[in-house]
Amino acid sequence: MRAISRRRLLGGAAVAGVTVPVLPYALPGAHPNPPAAAGVSPGQTGGHSSGRGSQHGGGHEGPTFQAGAVVDHAANGFHPTDILRDFDYGTVTRLPGGRVLREYELFAQDKEIEVAPGVRYPAWTYNGRVPGPTLRATEGDLMRVRFVNGSEHPHTIHFHGFHTAEMDGVPGIGAGTIPAGGETTYEFEAEPFGLHLYHCHVGPLAEHIARGLYGAYICDPKPGRPEADEMVMVMNGFNTNFDAASNQTYAINTIAFHHMNEPIEVARGELLRIYLVNTLEYDPINSFHVHANFFDYYPTGTRLEPRDLTDTVVLGQGERGILELRFKHRGDFMFHAHKTEFAELGWMGMFRVV
Amino acid sequence: MATDSATGREMAADTATPATATTPLRRVPGWALALVPLTVIVAALVALLTVGGNTLDARTGPAVEDLAVEQTVLRPGRIELTVRGVGPDPVNVQQVFVNDAYVDFTESADAVDRLETQTLVLDYPWQEGSPLLITMLTSSGATFEHEVEVAVATPEADSGFYGLMALLGTYVGIIPVTLGMLFLPLLRRAREQWTRILMAGTVGLLGFLAVDGFLEGTEVAAGSAGVFGGVELLFVGAALAYLSLVALGRWLRDRRERAAKAGSGPFQLAVLVAVGIGLHNFGEGLAIGSAYAIGELALGTFLVVGFALHNTTEGLAIVAPLAHRAPPALWRLALLGLVAGAPAILGAVVGASAYNPEVAVFLIGVGVGAIVQVIVQLVPAMRDQTGRALYPASVAGILTGVAILYATGLLVGG
Repeated sequence: MRAISRRRLLGGAAVAGVTVPVLPYALPGAHPNPPAAAGVSPGQTGGHSSGRGSQHGGGHEGPTFQAGAVVDHAANGFHPTDILRDFDYGTVTRLPGGRVLREYELFAQDKEIEVAPGVRYPAWTYNGRVPGPTLRATEGDLMRVRFVNGSEHPHTIHFHGFHTAEMDGVPGIGAGTIPAGGETTYEFEAEPFGLHLYHCHVGPLAEHIARGLYGAYICDPKPGRPEADEMVMVMNGFNTNFDAASNQTYAINTIAFHHMNEPIEVARGELLRIYLVNTLEYDPINSFHVHANFFDYYPTGTRLEPRDLTDTVVLGQGERGILELRFKHRGDFMFHAHKTEFAELGWMGMFRVV
Repeated sequence: MATDSATGREMAADTATPATATTPLRRVPGWALALVPLTVIVAALVALLTVGGNTLDARTGPAVEDLAVEQTVLRPGRIELTVRGVGPDPVNVQQVFVNDAYVDFTESADAVDRLETQTLVLDYPWQEGSPLLITMLTSSGATFEHEVEVAVATPEADSGFYGLMALLGTYVGIIPVTLGMLFLPLLRRAREQWTRILMAGTVGLLGFLAVDGFLEGTEVAAGSAGVFGGVELLFVGAALAYLSLVALGRWLRDRRERAAKAGSGPFQLAVLVAVGIGLHNFGEGLAIGSAYAIGELALGTFLVVGFALHNTTEGLAIVAPLAHRAPPALWRLALLGLVAGAPAILGAVVGASAYNPEVAVFLIGVGVGAIVQVIVQLVPAMRDQTGRALYPASVAGILTGVAILYATGLLVGG
């Protein structure tokens, strides 16, 4: 039995007789645990998976959260299914000379989110969601990102891609660390085309990222890519006990097992393009595997020719790539980390091909 | 000596009375003197309860959750955990993963307050012989881990199982102790000097058992929840046993003196030795039973023979005080054997049913206290004509007693 990073008080049994009745009154706020969120129905008698409607898994049928328990997305303020196909193109204007200017507003916000049914996590977010908005531009556009720090902690935004030293979003250079209540504007040209990411770069770095300060940044090639059903999958996880050793939940777009309960609907034969970004902290690698299919893989998306035709890719921290595939058959097909511990700790989902 | 000290206390009380007689309080009845402070205490507690608490700030920092797993029962495809809240704040287990895979589970309560328990039934196809690491994730994201070193189905508590445990307890408890008592006729023929050395050997033997029990108790205490105390319970149990046996011994002696019935002294000593050893064997049964229940113990000839050799010496210790007295009735000897040996059966049954470590620590403590008390009782029997307890022959006896138990203990792997 081991409690991680929790303090022990009132260890002596001798004081129990007096302190137990007094404590609830003597310490207002001694019960900071919020009541179970709406939508969570613990105590449902489960057992094996039969007769549970859409609920997946259980026993030999695979991993699952407690039967019937789901996350309250409305209370979180974002829905992982919406994040999937939500791209932020910014406010578009044309500069003299015809160049496209894209202006974005990002703010940092401390926000408690429910990362697994009934499990609260004190996240640090961009725009109140994890992952932050998927910023999207075309190569050569001018990016102007206004960043307001509404968090109680200092933060920055560090973009992957070409830019000047002043725009790097690291402490001590340019605007440097943006204090609580402060703001700055990052400006740079969208290049090179490909799939990138942005994240906070304040120390301790692993924690500032792991708390939720990251998002995808897509730079489309000028000629564009073929028409497709596009979606972004940010592979992440949450180290809920803050032991900085590994994570307790794993997912794409934050909510573990979400697409087991809500499969991603796709059309048979249609080109599917997945923007896959690994922002996982504490675990050195992550991976993606899709069942009954193979995909063209474009590492970092910086070439227009695929490197590989495969069904499994492994990504290190900060690594990303573009996947293109079509489903031949109708039905439900799993996708998950082939680092199977992550899969069984939440990083698994379903495509529903219609 | 007991009578002397009692008189001493009375005298002290007598001298104290005149001092208080001069104060005005002496006219106040005694019950009123008790009532006044009690009323004040109750009033103060009520005041603290209603208003006092609000004068303090809420504790800084997050809730202090702590959870202890008290019982693990493994059934095919199921893991049943009994957990107790042992921190100051309620603990709400929201999700559970076993060996890095989330599992479905049912729970008997939403959350546990301090000292409350609940049962979690996990739906997990565990494999026989594999280790299990169960992680409970609470509403605040804290994790509590419980390790099962080797997964083995918990024995069903049916009559066959209890029969097996009873047999086991008989093999390692009653039979060897009784066998050891067969040395009584030999002892009776030995010279008094040899009896003293034998007593010294018994003291060494019991000393070994006391240390062994203490170490066993601290080990079990380390694995307990701690909310009801860990090692403290060992000392509480030991003190309780020691003092109770002292009181019992004095009461028996007083009665005997009043009845002017000499001759039963050595038998009472033998009873005390048997009680002490019996309490020790209860602890031994606990260890055997719990090890068997979690599959850590292979029952076999070697184990049984090892314990038999080990515990035969205990039988010898019981009859040693009877060496130079009138031969006791056979039924009395049989009774001594049962008192010393039968608790092993009870221990094995309790230990093999999933037991509470804190109760076990307390009971082991009782065994330790009883043995220490027996040692104190035996020391006078070691004394030579000059009244010394430690002389070369007795020291050799003590060391031999320790060595015998150490060597035979190796046979059963500690």
